Amino acid sequence: MAKGMVIIDEDRCKGCGLCVSVCPVHILRLAEGRFNAKGYRPVEVTDPEACTGCAMCATICPDVVFTVYRRRRQPRQAAATA
Amino acid sequence: MATVEIPEDMELVYKYPESLTERHTHYCPGCTHGIIHRLIAEVIDELGVRERTIGIAPVGCSVLAYYYFNMDFAEAAHGRAPAMATGIKRVSPGKVVFTYQGDGDLAAIGTAEIIHAANRGELITTIFVNNAIYGMTGGQMAPTTLPGQVTTSSPMGRDVETAGWPIRMAELIATLPGAAYVTRQAVFDVPGIRRTKKAIKLAFQTQLAGLGFSMVEVLSTCNTNWHMGPVEALEWAKQHMVDYYPLGDTKVIDEVKALAKGRK
Ligand SMILES: Cc1ncc(C[n+]2csc(CCOP(=O)(O)OP(=O)(O)O)c2C)c(N)n1
Ligand code: SF4
Ligand code: SF4
Ligand code: SF4
Ligand SMILES: [Mg+2]
Repeated sequence: MAKGMVIIDEDRCKGCGLCVSVCPVHILRLAEGRFNAKGYRPVEVTDPEACTGCAMCATICPDVVFTVYRRRRQPRQAAATA
Repeated sequence: MATVEIPEDMELVYKYPESLTERHTHYCPGCTHGIIHRLIAEVIDELGVRERTIGIAPVGCSVLAYYYFNMDFAEAAHGRAPAMATGIKRVSPGKVVFTYQGDGDLAAIGTAEIIHAANRGELITTIFVNNAIYGMTGGQMAPTTLPGQVTTSSPMGRDVETAGWPIRMAELIATLPGAAYVTRQAVFDVPGIRRTKKAIKLAFQTQLAGLGFSMVEVLSTCNTNWHMGPVEALEWAKQHMVDYYPLGDTKVIDEVKALAKGRK
């Protein structure tokens, strides 16, 4: 189960690649052969399951493309019974 | 945007700041102006002062900043933002007033205004975006351009014999008694961006506490006029800018130190 999740507001993206360069699990890339409304190759997630929800992509993105979610830490008891 | 289902046990850790409008910016892909806008907006959200904040936009690439910030804004003549901010703050002392200025705006044509506003200890905050070039007008040499740096008006590289040395504004402003908090940060990587945000927050808190003038110099890039890719520009800046422009605080009065301690 993925620890995190990003939502991409694709049409805001300018394909600058800054987020691609900082994602620690290397799951971001610029789309190939596909363009957004502004004419840029938008960022896309290659492996959503690997996202940690670290928000580094959102921290460096100049165009506020990302919304980031992170899985809440399970209370210890629940984890034990799971 | 398509609606996506969010699993129940996921919590929101980053969302679009309320202090930014939805409008897409005109900045070049990868321009750090966008990052700095975002940080200011996040700080204003966190401080809960959006409704009483007034920004002053400069002349330069960020001339249209008033379109992007979701708050009251005024547009100053080139370099005059600190003078305008002074007037607005003195007339409405309950407002939170900040200027957003480039290096051409603040360190060339507006040098007098920033020095005197700081020296008077105006209760305003200045966010100074130093990208070592005049971005908007096509990449001419600024007072902050590095020795040897190639620009359209220094095609052989900045020659300090004729053009002088780059001005370290954070150090210069720090010498003035009216300045309460002055720091230089950089948005070249994620840790640097996080430190820059902290500094911007402390600068606004300095104003809110009425302690004096505050300024955050933010080392930035202009990948377009540096003729580099956005990622490459961040690397170049890390390697070349920080040597000449050391990062860190140049002035923190005791009251600001106490603020910084107390807020943890
Ligand atoms: C009175 C006046 N002089 C000159 C200009 C031309 N001009 C516009 S922007 C600019 C410099 C902008 O550089 P900077 O402040 O570093 O902003 P950047 O675009 O790099 O963010 C200049 C000289 C002007 N608009 N008005
Ligand atoms: S939240 Fe972290 S792991 Fe997930 S895409 Fe962004 S940078 Fe990568
Ligand atoms: S940093 Fe933002 S604008 Fe740049 S490629 Fe990534 S999502 Fe797109
Ligand atoms: S010219 Fe430079 S400073 Fe201006 S928007 Fe483009 S990259 Fe940013
Ligand atoms: Mg500039």
